[in-house]
Amino acid sequence: MHNTAIALIQLGAVFFGLGLLGKMAWRVGISPIPLYLIGGLAFGQGGLVPLHGIEDFTHLSSEIGVILLLLLLGLEYSAVELMTGLKKSWTAGLLDIVLNATPGVIAALILGWGPVGALAMGGVTYISSSGIIAKVLGDLGRLGNRETPVVLSVLVFEDLAMAVYLPILTAVLAGVSFVGGLTAVGISLAAITVVLVIALKFGRYVSALVDSPDPEVFLLKVLGAALLVAGVASQLQVSAAVGAFLLGIAISGSTAENATRMLEPLRDLFAAMFFVVFGLNTDPASIPPVLVLAVALAVATTLTKVATGWWAARRQGIGRMGRARAGAALVARGEFSIVIASLTVASGAVDGQLAALATAYVLLMAVLGPVAARVVEPLARKFTRKRGTAPATA
Amino acid sequence: MNVEVTPLPGIGTRQDFMIRAGRRIGVITHRDGKFELIVSHLDDPDDCAASIALTPAEASTLAGLLGSPQLVAHLQEQHREVAGISTKQFPIVPGSRFDGSPLAETELRTRTGASIVAVVRAGSVHASPRPDFVFAGGDLVVVVGTADGLGAAAELLGGG
Repeated sequence: MHNTAIALIQLGAVFFGLGLLGKMAWRVGISPIPLYLIGGLAFGQGGLVPLHGIEDFTHLSSEIGVILLLLLLGLEYSAVELMTGLKKSWTAGLLDIVLNATPGVIAALILGWGPVGALAMGGVTYISSSGIIAKVLGDLGRLGNRETPVVLSVLVFEDLAMAVYLPILTAVLAGVSFVGGLTAVGISLAAITVVLVIALKFGRYVSALVDSPDPEVFLLKVLGAALLVAGVASQLQVSAAVGAFLLGIAISGSTAENATRMLEPLRDLFAAMFFVVFGLNTDPASIPPVLVLAVALAVATTLTKVATGWWAARRQGIGRMGRARAGAALVARGEFSIVIASLTVASGAVDGQLAALATAYVLLMAVLGPVAARVVEPLARKFTRKRGTAPATA
Repeated sequence: MNVEVTPLPGIGTRQDFMIRAGRRIGVITHRDGKFELIVSHLDDPDDCAASIALTPAEASTLAGLLGSPQLVAHLQEQHREVAGISTKQFPIVPGSRFDGSPLAETELRTRTGASIVAVVRAGSVHASPRPDFVFAGGDLVVVVGTADGLGAAAELLGGG
């Protein structure tokens, strides 16, 4: 058979298979991300079916997947929302960092991955999946709930934290010294400040640069700009993902909303490819040895996220049931944990086992998150009834 | 009424207020223009017992249903002194005769003696609509006239 024909058949089979997996996932109410990862594990390295001749394409599309994931994360909240989020929820945000990064840091240190590995694993266990959480809140009809703004403001803060964290991580992964690390921190803080100021004061110029009433022109301009910025950022040793993310923050207003609507299907396509490629590059045989640790991490960081949500909701005067809902809603980890793991593994600065641990961890958390959000109410009700305390809505 | 406006980052805005029955009731406006009607749980005011997605057309119909009786009541109050005159509202049924045609085409004044004083659309009131005002399905037409005139108007607008 012709080479192109084989490549097309393989790609077609992969996408169609992912479509079926996605359909199955949402039917049982979980995110499709773990299924995509398992799909990737099943193919390729040590898996059941090897793929040949499409590596170039899958590699590039997974890169585009990361860029689009981060671009849309940047587009998700306006600069104004980010600023008010920072002002209103910085205490909850800091608690979130301390509670949820610590288990990852400890796990990395136990495994002897050193401070760089600790920085990466801290990020993996810290960052919630805003994609999964927004979808679950919508599906469960909780958007009108009083605790939902609390949940969202924690996500907004995490978004900002990523803007500072990712440049630092990429600088450290590139192997800079301690002084170099401090410079990286300074540069990334300066960069995010500049981008926020640009977005707040001159956002309409950035937006005008890519905006167009014609959907086709608009799509090409936004996608082109994102890839350009990402490419240049990558050339400057700042990760491509970070460039795309900062561009996303700088684009604002209705342009951002239109761009989100336009790019969402593209992101879903390329992000699916990204998860598959990440799974592909992870040897399934490397997962069982880290499974126990992944389960321990999952249990610990489920509890810490619930505690974060509980505390943040209580500060806003939400009742006990609402606090439990807020905590459970935040549990899901997903796409951004995998992005951090893939950046780390790609740099080669940390033991390759990190990929296995991150994969196993996200497999657990992406399933556990939506399930936790669903079962928290009956569970909390049973718990309070058993203890015979006042009604849960005190 | 103290309407609380809460931004929902990445989603839209929530506007709600407590009603006397002890529930929170309100609307979520999504960024993409969709609406959601929310009603809180009776025993957990933080939680929503229902959040109902509404298309813009459905939302405006609901707004009209809730908003127009008040307008009619208000007009009724004003016309009370004038003997023999009252106010009534008639819906323009989507797809019916006057859906999409201008007010002048009804020739309501000539045929029935009653006059159209307002049209309620999407919860907002268009007072004293001009003859070139184009009706749309779901509009509520507020008519002032005598009992006979209003009866004839009902037939004209409704039966068509």
